[in-house]
Amino acid sequence: MSDGGRGPYFTLLIVAGGLIEGFGLAYSGMARPEVVLDFLQLEDFGLLLVMGVASITAGLTFWGATTFGDRAPLTGKSYTRRVKSMDRNVAVGGVVFGVGWGLSGICPGAGYASIGVGNYQILWAMAGMFVGAYAQGYWRALRAPGDAGSVTAD
Amino acid sequence: MTALAQLAFAPELFPNGVAQYLIGGFFVGFGISVIYLGTGIIAGNSTFLETSLSYVSKLPRFNIPRFVESRDWRVLFTASIILGAVAYKAIFDPSIFVTEVQWWRLLGGGVLVGIGTRIGKGCTAGHGVCGVGSVSRTSLVNVALFVGTAIVVALGVAAMGVTP
Repeated sequence: MSDGGRGPYFTLLIVAGGLIEGFGLAYSGMARPEVVLDFLQLEDFGLLLVMGVASITAGLTFWGATTFGDRAPLTGKSYTRRVKSMDRNVAVGGVVFGVGWGLSGICPGAGYASIGVGNYQILWAMAGMFVGAYAQGYWRALRAPGDAGSVTAD
Repeated sequence: MTALAQLAFAPELFPNGVAQYLIGGFFVGFGISVIYLGTGIIAGNSTFLETSLSYVSKLPRFNIPRFVESRDWRVLFTASIILGAVAYKAIFDPSIFVTEVQWWRLLGGGVLVGIGTRIGKGCTAGHGVCGVGSVSRTSLVNVALFVGTAIVVALGVAAMGVTP
């Protein structure tokens, strides 16, 4: 496990951020597919609060850093907002993700947290996610040989 | 914010109360903020799936420099998310949770989540939290599509009598 030469504080911060996020995902109930499906079946709107509060918290941080900040201390990277380019893939991907989310009640971050609450059944979904991620990479390679893909994603 | 407050005071919409959702949501945003303030990195969750494939696949798509460069810390980030959930369980609810959602729903849904989040440039954390927090039009479009589609699919599956 290399830290890319960024030093131990970088590693510590990644761990701290992951611990806090995972704690929050478990606390909010999002690690339980049932709670997500309750929202998607319009029985409990809690997920809207989770996403709303999380995006306001992150948004205020982004706004504060880009307004008053300069560069991140541990990497020297400029503070930016998360703005991805719009194209057809964004729309197609959103719909395909939506079908999968509606079917399973699980998304990547909540899936990782679900492992942490002991939900070994979720390994079916994790295996599926890796298969899906591989399939789209394989498909992109077939479609545009030699083009590694220039799009960015989180 | 006002709309959010009104939602929070409509008990029929929240049969299980609102506290766990508000507190949990804050921690999700706070974890992302901690990493961002220190590193400038906006850490989404689905990129782990694709960057990790560079350990085992030679396909060029998985071995672009941006992926290979970030794959190690993404593994660490994901492991920390798992441990964060373990910590929650240990502190507040020391029991094992196992979902009753059927395996074929998890597997099939997982495949589509893997394809869709990677083609669509992000997931509920990347687009849904960070992108919406950035008031990014691209993310707002993506979120509207995946939430709307998921509601239709979940209602449809329930209507066909599949539970859970």
